[in-house]
Amino acid sequence: MAYALQQLINGISLGMIYGLIAVGYTMVYGIIGMINFAHGDIFMVGAFIALISIVMLVSGGIMDGPAAILIVLLVSMCVTALYGWTVERVAYRPLRGSFRLAPLISAIGMSIVLQNYVQVAQGARVKPVEPLLPGGVEVLRAEAFVVQFSYMQMLIIAVTLGVLAVFTWLVTRTPLGRAMRACEQDRKMASLLGIDTDRTISLTFVIGAALAAVAGTMYLLRYGVIDFYIGFLAGVKAFTAAVLGGIGSLPGAVLGGLLIGLIETFWSAYFSVQYKDVAAFSILVLVLIFMPTGLLGRAEVEKV
Amino acid sequence: MAEPILQAEALTMRFGGLTAVDAVSFTASRGDITAIIGPNGAGKTTMFNCITGFYRPSDGRLRLFRDGTPVELQSLPGHRIARAGVARTFQNIRLFPGMTALENLLVAQHNTLMASTGFGIGALLGAPGYRRAEKRAIEKARHWLDATALLERADDPAGALPYGQQRRLEIARAMCTDPLLLCLDEPAAGLNPRESDELSALLRRIRDGGCSLLLIEHDMGVVMGISDRVVVLDHGKKIADGAPAEVRADPRVIAAYLGEGDEE
Repeated sequence: MAYALQQLINGISLGMIYGLIAVGYTMVYGIIGMINFAHGDIFMVGAFIALISIVMLVSGGIMDGPAAILIVLLVSMCVTALYGWTVERVAYRPLRGSFRLAPLISAIGMSIVLQNYVQVAQGARVKPVEPLLPGGVEVLRAEAFVVQFSYMQMLIIAVTLGVLAVFTWLVTRTPLGRAMRACEQDRKMASLLGIDTDRTISLTFVIGAALAAVAGTMYLLRYGVIDFYIGFLAGVKAFTAAVLGGIGSLPGAVLGGLLIGLIETFWSAYFSVQYKDVAAFSILVLVLIFMPTGLLGRAEVEKV
Repeated sequence: MAEPILQAEALTMRFGGLTAVDAVSFTASRGDITAIIGPNGAGKTTMFNCITGFYRPSDGRLRLFRDGTPVELQSLPGHRIARAGVARTFQNIRLFPGMTALENLLVAQHNTLMASTGFGIGALLGAPGYRRAEKRAIEKARHWLDATALLERADDPAGALPYGQQRRLEIARAMCTDPLLLCLDEPAAGLNPRESDELSALLRRIRDGGCSLLLIEHDMGVVMGISDRVVVLDHGKKIADGAPAEVRADPRVIAAYLGEGDEE
């Protein structure tokens, strides 16, 4: 029981990270109907920017503690957002109106570019960072087993929920969010109503990248090590989460992320760590067979 | 002749070897309801698509007169045409089905909202200017919902409204962009006689409010009843242009309609 509770805590905090990345996939898919395969690498870039800012701030002895984490988070969000904007501008916008597969291939190219760029600029070795927020709360003690809810996990869950709340408000309550939803439902019509659709799409990428940066920062703080290759697996997992939840659905992305995180954690805890990815992807296959639109997805309705 | 609002000069649209609109010139006057009629396949909708930026014309010029200064529409991207003051509705309705009726009207006011809120940054920070702008936008939306008798459906998803209401909502949405010229593609299609009469009254009210209208319509009752001027197209060419009574008596127009075997 205590063991399961511990896995639940671990699974939720991991799932939150997947969920944040998955939102970026699902938003871009919703608005321009493409899978942004470079998104996982944007997440990796976000983690690296967080790493660099931590090295500068904390190891440089300028600040410490929660304030430092906040600044690191903001820096990473801003710089990564810039990356997201640039990727869209350079690799996707020129191909808009081209055949459907063109931006997809361009996205795979962009993913390779980002990976190699970081490898060259930062080196191929695994980068460690000292824990910024050690310790935690003892939730439960059952015989020899202690259930730990670490401060870091609390931070991940709190920050993710906060960011998602702001993001939900942005999408449902502001003119920008309305424009995004309008572009998603009928881009041409939105443009006929005077909405600059190119800018709206750019902003979608910016927001998606900022959310990935939050995920990257949390990942770095939680696991303490990153390398230039983390974007690939995390990206594929988050993409799986987006599809699982129903691609195009924002709550679906978060739900899918949580499920993937939980499945992975529980599988590793009770069966075998080596097969955790197999478990996560098998669930995807099963869901796609029995619910092709995902858990919260809508069936594609032919536009009339 | 009255001051023009829209001037088409030798407007031409080709699709490969097919010339859908062939060197059509006409002028719509400010404060008028100008109807474009013609048999099926005459090129009416294609011409509309050129005017509203859905297509880029192959040749010719389109000028919108904004406070007397001409704006060349044929070279503007779609969202700029809307900002210049052209709004439209579609033959097959194109609302945002997943958004509520009210939200559909707020989307149409995106530019005013964005401009008055420092491009969304104000909205993020919850600036008081934004709240005022949002309030004004909602007021305007309510005004048009009221004018189209949709006020009690404000919070229903647009896709769930019955057909006639969706048509009216599309007109309300177009009006929320504060257009100089409202282009309506078969607004009476599928409406029953009573709804058609209500539509005619609505269109007259919009014209009397100072907006010029351009209208494609098959329902001759509506066209002859409200139009100040009628342009007739056949096979992509203009065959008549004048007051409704003149056009109705024009032998070429009669021939075009009878020749097509169309009982209208």
